[in-house]
Amino acid sequence: MKRKRNSIRNHSAESALFLRRTLVVFLAILLAVGILISNLYYLQINSFDTYKTRSNANRISVQTVPPNRGLIYDRNGVILAENRPVYSLQVIANKTNNLTKDIERLTKLLSLTDRELIKFKSQNRYSRSFKAITIRDQLTPEEVALFTVNQHLFKGFSIQASLKRYYPFGNAFTHVLGYIAKINTRDLEKIEQRGERARYQGTRYIGKLGIERYYEDILHGQPGQRQVEVDSWGKVIRTLQFTAPTPGKDITLNIDINLQLKAQELLGDNRGSIVLMEAKTGAILSLVSAPSYDPNLFVTGISQKKYQSLLSSRDRPLINRATQGRYPPASTIKPQMALLALDEKVITEETKIKDPGWWIVPNSKRRFRDWKRWGHGLVDVFHAIEQSCDTFFYDTSYKLGIDRIEPFMRLFGFGEYSGLDIAEETKAIMPSRDWKRGRFNQPWYDGDTISIGIGQGYWTVTPIQLTKATAILARRGENIKPHVLRSITAAGETSTPVYETAPIIKLHSSRYWDIALKAMQGVTSKRSGTAYRAFGDAPYTVAGKSGTAQVINIKEDEVYDADKINERHRDNAMFVAFAPFESPEVVVSVVLENAGGGSSNAAPIARELFDEYFKNIHPIAPKSAPDS
Amino acid sequence: MVSTQAQKSIFYRLHIDPYLLLGLFALMSISLTVLYSVAGYEMVYRQLVRLAIALTVMIVIAQIPPEWYRRWTPGIFIICVMLLIAVLVIGHTGKGAQRWLDLGFTKFQPSEIMKLIMPLMVAYYVSQHTLPTRFTQALVALIIVIIPTLIIARQPDLGTSILVASSGLFVLFLSGISWLYIAIALAGVIGFIPILWYFLMLDYQRGRVLTLLNPEADPLGAGYHIIQSKIAIGSGGQWGKGWLEGTQSQLEFLPERHTDFIFSVFSEEFGFMGVLLLLSIYILIIGRGLWIANQAQDAFTKLIAGSIILTFFVYIFVNIGMVSGLLPVVGVPLPVISFGGTSIVTLLAGFGILMSIHTHKRFNIKR
Repeated sequence: MKRKRNSIRNHSAESALFLRRTLVVFLAILLAVGILISNLYYLQINSFDTYKTRSNANRISVQTVPPNRGLIYDRNGVILAENRPVYSLQVIANKTNNLTKDIERLTKLLSLTDRELIKFKSQNRYSRSFKAITIRDQLTPEEVALFTVNQHLFKGFSIQASLKRYYPFGNAFTHVLGYIAKINTRDLEKIEQRGERARYQGTRYIGKLGIERYYEDILHGQPGQRQVEVDSWGKVIRTLQFTAPTPGKDITLNIDINLQLKAQELLGDNRGSIVLMEAKTGAILSLVSAPSYDPNLFVTGISQKKYQSLLSSRDRPLINRATQGRYPPASTIKPQMALLALDEKVITEETKIKDPGWWIVPNSKRRFRDWKRWGHGLVDVFHAIEQSCDTFFYDTSYKLGIDRIEPFMRLFGFGEYSGLDIAEETKAIMPSRDWKRGRFNQPWYDGDTISIGIGQGYWTVTPIQLTKATAILARRGENIKPHVLRSITAAGETSTPVYETAPIIKLHSSRYWDIALKAMQGVTSKRSGTAYRAFGDAPYTVAGKSGTAQVINIKEDEVYDADKINERHRDNAMFVAFAPFESPEVVVSVVLENAGGGSSNAAPIARELFDEYFKNIHPIAPKSAPDS
Repeated sequence: MVSTQAQKSIFYRLHIDPYLLLGLFALMSISLTVLYSVAGYEMVYRQLVRLAIALTVMIVIAQIPPEWYRRWTPGIFIICVMLLIAVLVIGHTGKGAQRWLDLGFTKFQPSEIMKLIMPLMVAYYVSQHTLPTRFTQALVALIIVIIPTLIIARQPDLGTSILVASSGLFVLFLSGISWLYIAIALAGVIGFIPILWYFLMLDYQRGRVLTLLNPEADPLGAGYHIIQSKIAIGSGGQWGKGWLEGTQSQLEFLPERHTDFIFSVFSEEFGFMGVLLLLSIYILIIGRGLWIANQAQDAFTKLIAGSIILTFFVYIFVNIGMVSGLLPVVGVPLPVISFGGTSIVTLLAGFGILMSIHTHKRFNIKR
C-alpha cells in the first residue's frame, strides 16, 4: 500500500484493497441476511401457531357504505333523475356444493349465454375462491322471481341489489341534467385535490355534465360506515356498528316538464336551441339543445362505437348549443345598439336616415348592403328596429365606434359567463380592439365596427347570453342571474336560494328604454313588423326581435367535411322576445341553425311556446286594447 | 477475469450481463405474480409497462462507456443539487411531502436521480487520488454526501435520504478509509442519535420508531400496520397459504399491499420457503454484482459498481426489516418487487451502469 501523495498509482494494490473490502462487505451482507432470515424463521416457523390464530381472529373490518344520490325533480315534482334498483346474480365459489353442476342447472334456468359462461369461467379461474363473482348484471324482475323461487337449490349463489341512476325522459333533459358515469382517473385526481377521498370511498359514479356535475356536492351525500365481524374467509358474520350514510339532497329544478317537452317538440329535426326563462326571477323554464342523445347510455357505460358515432356526428349532439353554441347575434341586438346610440346622443327619437339599400363607409368605396335591396327609404329608430333596417345601424355603429359599443354590450352579458348553473359554457366573443390585436395581431378597422352594428363580424353569442340580454332589456337595465335550480330538499326541509338583482345599466333618460322596447313591440304588433305574421293575433302583448345570421356554423375545434359544408350555408334563424309587454314575465330565445330567416322560422316557434306558457302554465286575461 | 469467449458472446456485444438479467427477470416474475394476487390484472399490466420502460433505460445506459460517466458526473451532480433546492422551494406537494418538480408534462423527482449520481460523484472525487482514501479527502467526500442528504431529509423523505447517504458512504468504505476513522464515525453517529431524536426528527418519524419498539401499545393506530404485517408474515408458515389465498392481504387488513408491504403479501402466500427462494435470488444478484466490481478496471468503476450493489442490498434489508418489525417504517420499496415507476427505473439504471462497466473494457487483464 502506497501512502505517499505523489506516488504512481499502484493498480494491483488498489485492486487487492478493494477485494478485501468487498469480502468484508459480502460477509456483512450474509450476516444481515442471516438476521433477516432468523427473524422470519422466528415469525413463520416458531410463532406460526400464534400468528395463524391471530390471522383467523382478525375479524373486524370497516366498510364504507356509499350514500344514495339525491333525486332531481322538475318544478311540478315530476321526477327527472331517479335511482332504480338493479339486481345482479353472484356466486362465491367455495360456498357452493358443486360449482360445475350448479352452473349447468343455472344455465338451463336463466338461459345463460355462451358469452356469460366464458366470462364467468375465466373470472372463476383467476380469482380467489372466497370472492364473489358476478354472473349476470341487471336481471329482469322475471329472472329475479325465477331465481328466488329456486334459491334453495343454489347454495352460495345470491342476488345482490344495487341502485342505478335512470333518466326517465331520455334525451329531453340531457343538456340540462347531464349525467353521471363511472369515476375515472381524472375524477379521482379532482376528488383527491378537494380532499374528499374518504367521502367517495365506495362511490362508483360521479356527475359528469350539467346539473349532475354542477350540484355534485349537494347530490352526493355523505357515506356511512359499517364495522363488521368477518370470518377468516372475509364473509360478514354480523354488524358490530353501523353509521348510516346521509343520502344526497334532492334537487328541484325551475324547468317545467311540459314546456321542456314542448320546446323539444318544436325544435323537431332542427339543429338549434330554445331557452325560456322567467323575466322576473331568471328561473329557466326550459332549455333545449337539439340534437340530443340518451344520457342513460353513459350511466351503464357507453360502447366505444356508439361514443365514437356521437363524437364524430356532423350534427354534434354532444354540444350543449344553449350554452356552448356560438352564433352571430345578427339583428337581435339592434335594440341594445339603439339604446346606446340614444344614450350617447348619436341619434335622437327624431333622427331619420335615408336608406337607398346600401351604405358606404365615409371617405371610402367600401359598400355595405341592406338586406332589403331596394332600401327602406327614410328610416327612424322605430322603423329601423321594427323592420330591421341594416343601413340605419351601419350608420349609428360607425358613429358610436367599437370603443363605446364593446363595454356597453358587456353590461348586457355578451362576452361574459351568464352565471347559469351549468358548467359547460362558453363566453363566446365580444370583440374589441385589444381582442383583435391579441387574436389576429391586426388593428381594428372601421369596417369591423360596421359588421358589429348588425351583429355580424367577429361578434358571437350563446343562446343563454341572448336570453339574458333580452331579460335585462325587458327589466330596463336590471341584471338577472339565469338559474336552473329552484330548491334543495333534505330531510323534509326545503331551501330555496334567492338571487339578488341589481340595476347595472343606467341611461340618461328612461325615455330611451321606452323607445327601444316600444320598437320591439312594433316588431310583433305592427303590420310592417318582421314578426307580425307570427304574433299579430296573439292574445297577449309581445316585444321581440328577429335575426337572420349569415352562417358561420358554431365554431368548435372539430374537423369538417368540406364537401358537405355547402349544404349548411343557409342562414341561422334567430328570435328573441318577452311577454307580456307591459309587465314582462317570460323571455325566450330561439336559434335554428341553417333554417333561413328568423322572422319566418324562429318567431313562430317562440309564439307557440309563449302560447303554451300562457295557456297552461300561467293563464292571463286576453289583452284588453289592441295595440297601435 | 474476462475470457475471450465471453468477449465474443452476443451479450457482451450488446453490453448486457446475462446473469444479472436472468436474476432481474426472476424478480420481475415474482413481482407480477404477487401484484396479480394483490390488485389483479390491471396493476400487472401497469407494472409491465413500467418494467418495459425501466429495462429500456437499463439497456440504453449499459451502452454508454464508463468514461462518459466520469466526464459528466460533476456537472450532473451540481445540477441535481440545484434541482433538489428548487423542489424545496417550489416543489409540488404530494402526500404532505415536497418531492416532485412539476415540469408541466411530467412530474419529476430529483432525489431519485440523486440516488444514482451520489456514488458516482464520491467515486469520481476519491478516485482522483490513489486508494486508500486519506483523511482530508474523506472529509471532503463527507461534505459531498451530507449536503444532498440533508436537503432530501428536509423534504421530508427519510427513506430516500438514508439510501442516498449510504450509497455515498459505501464508496468511502470501499475506497479503503482506515478502520480507525470508521470506528470514530460510528461512535459519532451513535452520539448523534439523541440530537437526531430531540431536534431533527419530525413527530411522525418519532412515532414510527416508538411504534417499532412497541407496536402493541396502539394496535388500531400507529402500530396497526406493523402488527398486521407481522400477522401476515407469521401466518404464512413454512409453505404459505397459497397464491391468491392470503387472507391478510386479500381481505385488506394489510396497508400499502402493492408497494412497501408487498413482502408481507409474498410471505403470507408463499411462506418461509418462498422467502428463502427470494432471498437466494437477491444474494445471487449481489454476488454477481460484487464480482463485477472486482473485475472492473479502475478505481472509479470499481467503487461505483460496489456502491450500486450495496445500495441495492440496503433497499432489501431496510424493506424486509421494516415489514417484519426489525426497523421503523421509512417508506423504502422492495427492489424490483414493489409496484412503482420511478424507483424501478432508478434501480435498473443502476444495473445498466454495472453492465456498462462489465462490458466496456479496453484491454484484458491477465493475472
